[in-house]
Amino acid sequence: MKQALAVSGMEALVALALIISPCLAVAQTANKSATKDVAKDVTKTAKKAAKPASANKVVADQAEEKDEVTKDFEKFRAVMEDSNPAELFEVQGEEFWKIKRGPNNVALAETCDLGLGVGVVKGAYVQMPRYFTDADKVMDAERRIVWCMVNKQGFKEADIAKKPFANEGYTPEATSLVTYVAAESRGMPFAVPMTEPHVQDIYELGKEVSNYRAGPYDFSCNTCHGSDGKRIRMQNLPNIASKKGATVAVMGWPGYRLTGNRMLTHQWRMNDCFRQQRFPEPKYLSDTVTSLLTYMTANANGAIYRGPGIKR
Amino acid sequence: MKNITTRIATIAATLVVTAPLLLADARADENYRARAFAMMEKDFSGKGQATVDRIQADGLQTICNRTGNKPPAEITKQLEADQAAGIKFPADGKLMGNWKEGEKIAQSGTGFTWNDERGAPPGGNCYNCHQLAPKELSFGTVGPSLYQFGKLRGNTVEMQQYVYKKIFNSKAFNVCSEMPRFGHIGALEPERIKHLVALILDPESPVNK
Ligand code: HEC
Ligand code: HEC
Repeated sequence: MKQALAVSGMEALVALALIISPCLAVAQTANKSATKDVAKDVTKTAKKAAKPASANKVVADQAEEKDEVTKDFEKFRAVMEDSNPAELFEVQGEEFWKIKRGPNNVALAETCDLGLGVGVVKGAYVQMPRYFTDADKVMDAERRIVWCMVNKQGFKEADIAKKPFANEGYTPEATSLVTYVAAESRGMPFAVPMTEPHVQDIYELGKEVSNYRAGPYDFSCNTCHGSDGKRIRMQNLPNIASKKGATVAVMGWPGYRLTGNRMLTHQWRMNDCFRQQRFPEPKYLSDTVTSLLTYMTANANGAIYRGPGIKR
Repeated sequence: MKNITTRIATIAATLVVTAPLLLADARADENYRARAFAMMEKDFSGKGQATVDRIQADGLQTICNRTGNKPPAEITKQLEADQAAGIKFPADGKLMGNWKEGEKIAQSGTGFTWNDERGAPPGGNCYNCHQLAPKELSFGTVGPSLYQFGKLRGNTVEMQQYVYKKIFNSKAFNVCSEMPRFGHIGALEPERIKHLVALILDPESPVNK
């Protein structure tokens, strides 16, 4: 199962047990005074929550035990959502947003327009993807933030694209920024502006991409996400065409992922699903990925965003 | 093989003409489909063994894509026959191997992703989508449960042939099946497919206990 499609229930359990160590690792990467307390809190709740999962009770009906794993995770996540390690990246991202940085030495807070006016962050995440006239493109949050880093602060896109996603010891600045921006939409409804023609257009393209079968296994997104209530191994697969499924698909991203203990964005999720689809790799911040994010997020329009989440 | 390819090409060509008539808003669909494909062509790059040409749909995939996985009956019949014609059988003519080997193949979820080792034999991925032996609780539900398949449906030569062929090329029976064509694409050779047939049909296999 080393490189399998899916992570087994067992691995999820191991990940639960390991939550204690990642929080300490996170504490080292974020250099804020508040960090330590948050990490301590997280550790405490993690210890409490991880207990029922590791209790080795024999369950007569084995199929039920499997559901126990899922239930434990759900309980665990509920507890964690109050003291999610993602908060550390929010704090970091806020700093990146506010201080002057890059070759041009300007702050995003004074130059970057996320769609609601220069510097406005509140509510911006749930209203993306949207069309930006200055770039003449529909952009999701991550794409827009990197666009600002490049076009306002003077960073090189090629440098950013070299290592776009986090690993255990490294979190890209864009990831922290996305986490901050996302957190500033907590409690607000998704509202992708579907009346705007460019957005409508890329939505239709996203729908096509999600149907498109190719590659050695003949897979499309829909193979795994095209009907209700399916699973790959133990992992539930939301039906992205339905409002309910799309809501699951966009909720909790960006998310702190227990498998690998890292902060990951929706862009990463698309990248990893294309890998499982046996497709080649989508370029970072491509139209194709934006089209899928538009399709799914717009399908979830109206649902209340709960902020950066925890993922298995 | 060539024969099949030409036939698929002919069918595909026919479809270009007939598909618009089959779908209400086909014109808009065609337009978005073509543009979506152009977009994907520019947006992907090869990584590891996942080369960029994988974006190109083959004949059968093209027809499934164009018809929302429901080609007209005539074309379906033809395509299924073409897929069936490519199925190769083991040299010794035996279709049941060793279920223990089959279980290992069914468990492995590797193969064809950009981080799978090139040249390493791909796994069957069966548990990703199917329930099989009851002790494996981590099974997917994209496909139907195969638990007790042999017990319920028997293990006659005909049944062995069906299961063998289904694994070799699922599209021979259901042209736009979500199940990969394991033999057709060379992921599983006849010898390993035999082991999977045994896993599903052998009365000694845990699947049938
Ligand atoms: C071969 C199977 C497969 C294919 C193909 C696939 N995915 Fe996934 N997808 C998964 C698995 C497995 C997960 C992880 C679910 C989990 O962690 O619970 C997942 C997770 C997701 C999630 C996050 C869901 C959540 O609960 O957070 C989204 C969104 C998503 N996929 C969208 C897509 C899109 C869009 C495509 C096509 C580009 C796609 N997937 C293709 C298997 C697949
Ligand atoms: C990505 C999903 C997927 C994978 C992987 C997969 N299957 Fe399937 N399989 C399906 C679906 C969906 C069906 C039902 C539709 C159909 O018959 O095409 C099916 C049907 C079958 C059937 C026919 C069941 C019947 O009632 O006639 C057999 C036998 C089977 N699969 C065996 C296997 C074996 C063995 C493997 C691994 C080598 C495998 N499958 C891998 C999705 C999958």
